[in-house]
Amino acid sequence: MRALAKIALTAVAVGAMAFTATAGTLEDVKARGVLRCVVSTGIAGFAYPDSSGTWKGFDIDFCRATAAAVLGDSSKIKAITSTGKTRFTKLNSGEGDVLWRNTTITFSRDVGVKLTFVGVNYYDGQGFMVNKSLGVNSAKELDGASVCIQTGTTTELNLADFFRANNMSYEAVTIEKNSEARAAYLSGRCDIYTTDASGLAATRSTFPNPGNHKILPEIISKEPLGPAVRQGDDQWADIVRWIYNATVTAEELGVTSSNVDSMKGSNNPEILRLLGVEGSQGEELGLSKDWAYQVIKQLGNYGEIFERNIGTNTPIGLARGLNDQWNKGGLQYSPPFR
Amino acid sequence: MSTPASTENHPNILLRLWRDKDTRSVFIQIITMVIVFTFLGLIINNVVINLEIAGKDFSFGFLNYPAGYDITFQPFISYSPTDTHLRAAAVGILNTLLVAVSGVIIASILGFTMGVLRLSNNWLISRLVYVFLEFTRNVPVLLHILFIYSIFLYVLPVPKKAINISDTVFLTNRGFIFPSPVFEDGFGFVWIALLAAIAIVVFFVRWERKNQDATGEHYPVFSISLAILFGLPLIVFFISGAPMAWEIPALKGFNFKGGTSIKPEYIALTFALSYYTACFIAEIVRAGILAISRGQTEAALALGLLPNRSLQLVVIPQALRVIIPPLASQYLNLTKNSSLAIAIGYMDVVATVGGITLMQTGKEMETMIIVLLTYLFFSLIISAFMNWFNRRMALVER
Repeated sequence: MRALAKIALTAVAVGAMAFTATAGTLEDVKARGVLRCVVSTGIAGFAYPDSSGTWKGFDIDFCRATAAAVLGDSSKIKAITSTGKTRFTKLNSGEGDVLWRNTTITFSRDVGVKLTFVGVNYYDGQGFMVNKSLGVNSAKELDGASVCIQTGTTTELNLADFFRANNMSYEAVTIEKNSEARAAYLSGRCDIYTTDASGLAATRSTFPNPGNHKILPEIISKEPLGPAVRQGDDQWADIVRWIYNATVTAEELGVTSSNVDSMKGSNNPEILRLLGVEGSQGEELGLSKDWAYQVIKQLGNYGEIFERNIGTNTPIGLARGLNDQWNKGGLQYSPPFR
Repeated sequence: MSTPASTENHPNILLRLWRDKDTRSVFIQIITMVIVFTFLGLIINNVVINLEIAGKDFSFGFLNYPAGYDITFQPFISYSPTDTHLRAAAVGILNTLLVAVSGVIIASILGFTMGVLRLSNNWLISRLVYVFLEFTRNVPVLLHILFIYSIFLYVLPVPKKAINISDTVFLTNRGFIFPSPVFEDGFGFVWIALLAAIAIVVFFVRWERKNQDATGEHYPVFSISLAILFGLPLIVFFISGAPMAWEIPALKGFNFKGGTSIKPEYIALTFALSYYTACFIAEIVRAGILAISRGQTEAALALGLLPNRSLQLVVIPQALRVIIPPLASQYLNLTKNSSLAIAIGYMDVVATVGGITLMQTGKEMETMIIVLLTYLFFSLIISAFMNWFNRRMALVER
């Protein structure tokens, strides 16, 4: 029996080693040749499969940018779809490499859920959408209303706080998926639909009559949405952080997907460092020299990605607002490439 | 055959031990045990190591923190966002229990009715039930839930256009709203009368059974019991001056205020689970009745029992023996299927502690353990009850 116990223990130990995830996400991704991004199950403009099944959207383009920088090819991505509830588990269990899924940075997620948030690629805030026929002009007039919410988000807490702070009552209808929550709102089960303002605009664009619904002026929360990686892999966190910074810097410096080749001959040293003509930033990150060039060449800068997916000329129709460059009144601000 | 040389031969002893039936089975059992425990150890060890790598401790302390979110449907205990996660979990568990219990009751009634109708001699009725059964059984239950919920939402009107039944009951797509009773002083007597009525009924039923055994006289037990159960409290209620008022719901702003509202999420979930499970129960009931040979009924009729009594006293008790074991697993299925509640926003244990609490605290392992144990506990209770019932109904051999 003792021998058997020993064998059992050895088997346990070997199995444990085999199962434990390795720390180097970069090596894993390079070896696999595919980047796995945890994304939402479908939000128009942000992450959705088009009619041919290709994933498109704002978050997806950042996922592609990551693949372009790490693997040199923006098409080498695999979308790991997740509900609001399963996204952290999917990242933490190693099923995905990076989370690009309009996720709000909060204290408890950063500290309690053990994630590393590496930037804010969209500054958002929770808003309310109502049917115009209700004649409501302000969220302060919503006492006693029924509210449709999608579960697994910070939305529930903001909503409870807002109504409590304003001494109003409400009935929450908490539904797991956007599609069913949307149906409940459209059928009149709820008076209000609440989620991040960007999500409201995206959902409204899919309604049969988008013009009948309006988004109230009150924004009741700060929702900095950004990418996250597993805690403890600093190299990988740096890579994702600087890929995002590269798109913002490129816009600030006027580098676009169409002029990036000619910009290689620019006399601005920061552009030359960004594009890998000078300096050794690529090697320091563990990437190729032209990583940021690949990102901008294949996906464009922050402004291009924004306008292509959710800008004013798309059905989503979001203005840049807080997400404009810092020198144009927005909050998008990248540390320098130096 | 066995020479001294071969008994010394080591492999041969092992071979002989292997050929011995008893030692072989001991061997196989030991090896199986080792494999099972190694596998379990492997999993637990991995969880511990990976949680440590992720820097997460395993504790249930989060249950005492304020939950912060709202639960709309809380029929048993009051709850507000400032209460703890523990209380939110309790609300969720009770909501699961409510769906399970009401679902089992409705499914049983529907299932037995359909099972009997399926055997009806009326061609139209039996065919109609057959078509309904086959359609329902072969569509996933989640689709039934979503289907019933969307029917509810789109067929019934919004509160402003509510179906108004004499200004007291309102049907809307936000629920059925009824007047709720407000108990005044003196209503305590009615409760006492109800308890007394229950005691009298229990006593009467026992006496009747003894009396029948002794004299052969038979009273209509069911109708007499029912009369006592309702009559006595009702008489006391009017003697003590009807100490109860009704709170009538009225439309104020967006929604109805006052009264009791039964939410569409609860109705849709319970109804869909009930009729889905009832279809399986109907087939089980049909099997049970068909398993009893025709001779049993003929013998009962030959003894002079009326058709009704022969069904009650001869066929059904025997059929129950066939019905109960598979019926128990249908009850278990219904309970477990209720975890689909979150799809339509019914706040059960999966939606509260296994959903929002999990999200807010990041305690996947702990919250899932709570959810698992909840379902395990309910299932074991149902199993225990059905086993007890089965033993009671088992054939008593004399």
